[in-house]
Amino acid sequence: MIKGEKITGLPNRSLKQLEKSPTGVSGLDEITDGGLPKGRPTLICGSAGSGKTLLSMQFLAQGAILYDEPGVFMAFEESEDDLAKNFSSLGIDLEDLSARKKVLLDYVHVDSSEIEETGEYDLEGLFIRLGSAIDSIGARRVVIDTIEVLFSGFQNEAILRSELRRLFRWLKDRGVTAIVTGERGEKTLTRYGLEEYVADCVISLDARMEEQIATRRLRIVKYRGSKHGTNEYPFLIEDHGISVMPITSMGLDHHAYTERVSSGIDRLDAMLGGQGYYRGSSILISGTAGTGKTSFAAQFANAACRRGERCLYFAFEESPSQVVRNMRSIGIDLQPWVESGLLQIHASRPMAFGLESHLVEMRRIVDGFLPGSVIIDPISNLVNVGTEGDVRSMLTRLIDYLKTKGITTLCTSLINSDSGIEAGQGISSLMDTWLSLRFIESDSERNRGLSVMKSRGMAHSNQIREYLLTSSGVVLKDVYLGPAGGLLMGMSRAAQEAKEKAEADAYEHEIDRRKRELERKLKSLNEQITILSSEFEMEEEELSKITAEQDQKKAVLANSRIDMARLRKAD
Amino acid sequence: MADDVETAEPNSGDVDVEVGSADGEETYILRLYVAGQTKKSLAAFANLKRICEEHLAGRYRIEVIDLLENPTLAKGDQILAIPTLVRRLPPPVRKIIGDLSNTERVLVGLDLRPAK
Repeated sequence: MIKGEKITGLPNRSLKQLEKSPTGVSGLDEITDGGLPKGRPTLICGSAGSGKTLLSMQFLAQGAILYDEPGVFMAFEESEDDLAKNFSSLGIDLEDLSARKKVLLDYVHVDSSEIEETGEYDLEGLFIRLGSAIDSIGARRVVIDTIEVLFSGFQNEAILRSELRRLFRWLKDRGVTAIVTGERGEKTLTRYGLEEYVADCVISLDARMEEQIATRRLRIVKYRGSKHGTNEYPFLIEDHGISVMPITSMGLDHHAYTERVSSGIDRLDAMLGGQGYYRGSSILISGTAGTGKTSFAAQFANAACRRGERCLYFAFEESPSQVVRNMRSIGIDLQPWVESGLLQIHASRPMAFGLESHLVEMRRIVDGFLPGSVIIDPISNLVNVGTEGDVRSMLTRLIDYLKTKGITTLCTSLINSDSGIEAGQGISSLMDTWLSLRFIESDSERNRGLSVMKSRGMAHSNQIREYLLTSSGVVLKDVYLGPAGGLLMGMSRAAQEAKEKAEADAYEHEIDRRKRELERKLKSLNEQITILSSEFEMEEEELSKITAEQDQKKAVLANSRIDMARLRKAD
Repeated sequence: MADDVETAEPNSGDVDVEVGSADGEETYILRLYVAGQTKKSLAAFANLKRICEEHLAGRYRIEVIDLLENPTLAKGDQILAIPTLVRRLPPPVRKIIGDLSNTERVLVGLDLRPAK
């Protein structure tokens, strides 16, 4: 037998990062920061039906398929045939893996009724059997599921315990990455206290019923020498096995886009720095019932489809046809987009599944459709499914996931008070842009007001704007301020609008009148100019006539002088 | 599985076979699984031989299988504990684990004495 003192506990090993064996289970490697401790045993404990066998088998099969690490599955509860049958439905072909010597299934049958105990014994047979299985395929991974069956097969618990301790040490010495499963006990992690033998890594699985909804959760109880997620992570058993929902953005490293996308409402775009939302950002539209949250969402969807972008609409309150019909009443026709395949509307009751199922389902749809924008209408309905903390953690994961994919996400949220401060679920910190819709009561009217609560990374309007839901969509009205500086809405706004119009009209009339008067004046001046200039011409004519006469006279005089001189024969 | 045992036997240095003549009564075929020459294994073999001589003289056969030399044989009889004595014949198959130091329990296990 290999004594592995040389394999583990090398002095220079402590300087290196703990080596990990990736599990290949979606999400689990992210929580464990790379996988299970390589060359060491890990304990997976959980109640019956919590998915222990599945998780271990996935670890083994993925190891064989993805990481070229053959594995031995020692089953105490299910026969080789049963295992192969059960896992073929999950897409794991154990028969093929066995044939290719990638996986070795070994069913250990323990039946106490056949066994008589007399005197001292040990479990060397198990060790030899496991050792020979490991050697036969050069296994790097081992699963023992579940070794606690031994406690029903053998009576001498003292021997069992010392042999178990020896087994875990032996596994470590062999340098195989092992998973040992154990049934949850009353007060302990496992019924027979296996956790005291496994020092390195303990994972607990749990299936809980809360308000008639089953939620499976996974938690890393301990992981010596490694950082790991400490939360309880919901997980789901899907068509292809276990999928754990990790917080993918543990490092908040999603790309920030500078490109803008229109909100679908021109004047709202103008309020948001003139260009609308950022691509890949998250937008929250909160408001009380009837403020038109869905209408804003539909405008956004319409604009996205018009850009030729795929849009995914999760409706938690209305059926797809109801959404389309209702939006048609405000002049938004989503039907052509649905038909052309640019818009997908998925409607489901929040109560239909557990929270994590929603999350997984939404992720699955997003992965399948690859939309540019996603609308969740409304997120507040999901609160019915879980506690507030659960919902927040689920939304964090979902929004982070969408952000890493560069998908613009618009969520609506129903709130109860008109103060607009309460965002519901405390999710505003997840949101880049937050629009608050509310009813403003004044002058015995309720009018709808919109304000931008925040919008990260852009200059945005601080003006409360009145908006109307008209037959041509959401329309933002002009701003009218009352004498006291308050926003005028509804009738007051209309009155003010009329008054200002009347004033403007009167002013225009006055201007026209003065214009006409001036024109008249100008005209009469022009006339005078004409008269004067004709007078001027006449005077000028007179002058030139006089000058000519004078010249003539002078000439005549000169001539007569010459004539007289000649006559007098003067010179 | 029995065939495997037969073929394995010649290679096994620890195989110790004793065959007694059957006088009309059924022959006991007993298989003792050990892992090397440990104290427990040796004790089990000595105890087994003594009990057989006392209670099954002339109608028993003991096969000793050393799993260190034939590790794959552990699977056939579902051997976990060492030493394990398996009564192959007469049916049904019975298993007795331990060093067989408690003769009473061995006899009960081999159906040679009704359980009290």
